[in-house]
Amino acid sequence: MINLAGRDILNGWGKFLFTGIGLGLLIGVTLSMAGIYRGLVDDGRVLLSNGGADLWVVQRDTLGPYAEPSNVRDDAYRALLGVKGVAEAGNVTYLTMQIEDQGKDVRVMLVGFQPGHPGEPGYLVAGRPITRSHYEAIADIKTGFRLGQRIRIRRHEYTVVGLTRRMVSSAGDPMVFVPLRDAQEVQFLKDNDALVNERARTAANPAFNRPGVPGLLEAVQASQASSRTVNVVMLRLAPHADEALVASEIRRWKHLEAYTRADMDDILVAKLIATSAKQIFMFLVILAIVSAAIVAFIIYTMTLNKVREIAVLKLIGARNRTIAAMILQQALGLGAIGFIVGRTAATLWAPIFPKYVLLLPGDAVRGALLVLAICALASVVAIRAALRVDPATAIGG
Amino acid sequence: MPAAIEISGLTKRYGVGDAAVDALKGVDMIVQPGEVVGLIGPSGSGKSTLLKCLGAVIEPSAGRMALAGEAIYDNGWQVADLRALRRDRIGFVFQAPYLIPFLDVTDNVALLPMLAGVSNASARERARAMLTALDVGHRARAPVAQLSGGEQQRVAIARALVNQPPIILADEPTAPLDSERALAVVRILNEMAQRFATAIIVVTHDEKIIPTFRRIYHIRDGRTYEEAGEGRAA
Ligand SMILES: Nc1ncnc2c1ncn2[C@@H]1O[C@H](COP(=O)(O)OP(=O)(O)O)[C@@H](O)[C@H]1O
Ligand SMILES: [Mg+2]
Repeated sequence: MINLAGRDILNGWGKFLFTGIGLGLLIGVTLSMAGIYRGLVDDGRVLLSNGGADLWVVQRDTLGPYAEPSNVRDDAYRALLGVKGVAEAGNVTYLTMQIEDQGKDVRVMLVGFQPGHPGEPGYLVAGRPITRSHYEAIADIKTGFRLGQRIRIRRHEYTVVGLTRRMVSSAGDPMVFVPLRDAQEVQFLKDNDALVNERARTAANPAFNRPGVPGLLEAVQASQASSRTVNVVMLRLAPHADEALVASEIRRWKHLEAYTRADMDDILVAKLIATSAKQIFMFLVILAIVSAAIVAFIIYTMTLNKVREIAVLKLIGARNRTIAAMILQQALGLGAIGFIVGRTAATLWAPIFPKYVLLLPGDAVRGALLVLAICALASVVAIRAALRVDPATAIGG
Repeated sequence: MPAAIEISGLTKRYGVGDAAVDALKGVDMIVQPGEVVGLIGPSGSGKSTLLKCLGAVIEPSAGRMALAGEAIYDNGWQVADLRALRRDRIGFVFQAPYLIPFLDVTDNVALLPMLAGVSNASARERARAMLTALDVGHRARAPVAQLSGGEQQRVAIARALVNQPPIILADEPTAPLDSERALAVVRILNEMAQRFATAIIVVTHDEKIIPTFRRIYHIRDGRTYEEAGEGRAA
């Protein structure tokens, strides 16, 4: 027996291919949407794994530092180091800001960290770690900065000494890592006018400017000008330490919140990007429905154009099964072309997306199965129409 | 030898109640193997209805139909698989060739033996032999769209003949053809009837070919009247 579906497709391959490509672009968009979601999740995971932390200690009753603002005194780490099971601690600050680069604004997440402590970027694609205590930076390559480039962050110039990859905030902004002190200064430093203003106000307050207490005014002014907080203290635990136990110790005695990696994962994936994920999922559902409608429409039209041939086939003794198989195979063929085109398109255009698009092979397989299922479902209408064709219509009226 | 086709008292009523139409009111007909008979009647007289009953695509209301002495309908179908009956024992030629546009000439013809379970290779061999017999062997590999109307109709006849059914039902097979080609088609049908002992019923109101029949059935108002034809050579 010859393959009727294949012959029909070959006979009108141009139309079929164009339809397949059109459907393919739609499938490409669908796969990209899935890839964007996977990218969001993966960005979050990379963010968590990169600092090398086992526990995130943040302000009490907050979901910090990524999902909610959190402030912790920057000397809290000393007390945390005293908790049994804690091996290392590192203060980290986060600040989203704009940096000017050759007349263009680059939106970045400025990360302050202590070199050699948790929170330091784990893997550099180029350059070296920060060795000086001030004015050196490690930038994600997505910022567009180059090694050796000097970038201006507020009042100071920094030299880019190292480059990372895939280090972005949950909003997709690339990270720029600078020493903690510098970052704190950027975060809490006031401009000169504000500083002068504030000093004058403090000096005018009799409580701080007591004639009998020399040095008090200066001390108060210094404490106002410099910051003493960070957003998170990242902890690395001793081998075999029970992270749940350590976390509950910290919660109980240090009046701080402590999250394990699983907790953070949950906060990032389930809470921070949950709305985006739902948004994307809605898109996926709509795209699937639109694709199904298109396939159904195309296959139905193709079938209606063949009503006479179908009547003749039935008259000369073709089984319903043969005719149904022909239509089903055409629908699946359309789906297969569409999937190949879509997968290729999604792979080709993934790099030009501003945020990371992660095309998982598993998603591709699921996508392929879904496409074929949708095509099979969409062909049902056409098959029913074909089976209703009366062979008697082949013999004229 | 039993008659190839024997019909007696066949009736067909479409619809029910007030809307009922009695398309056939008692048709009697006998066609011998190797015979080509004409079936002639005005529009709406029941010609197509008769072919559809005999072609087992609609069910008659009452009466009897037998092929080669075996009743296929006797106030009810006597065969279980009408699809196989059509495939194996009846060839169809339509007013238009109705070829499958996405198959080439050979496969249009070979499709029938293939549907009957014959292997692709021998089905194509049979198809080519039949196409050669109908003088379109040289077009065997062509897409059907490239054939002229007369060539297409010959391919359609090859398709009707390829399974060598004992009967062929032709519904106005010459309608779209000029008189020369129409006569050529009739000549071919006569030759094939002789060669394969096929009984052929040709529905027509084509004045050009009516004189070629030796025997004619007139159908009027759902009833048949037999008449001797001129039987001129086509
Ligand atoms: N499917 C049908 N339903 C109802 N009436 C029909 C149907 N087919 C044919 N008829 C009627 O039966 C009669 C015979 O029709 P038909 O066999 O097509 O005649 P012919 O082929 O000789 O023109 C006509 O009156 C026609 O209107
Ligand atoms: Mg008719």
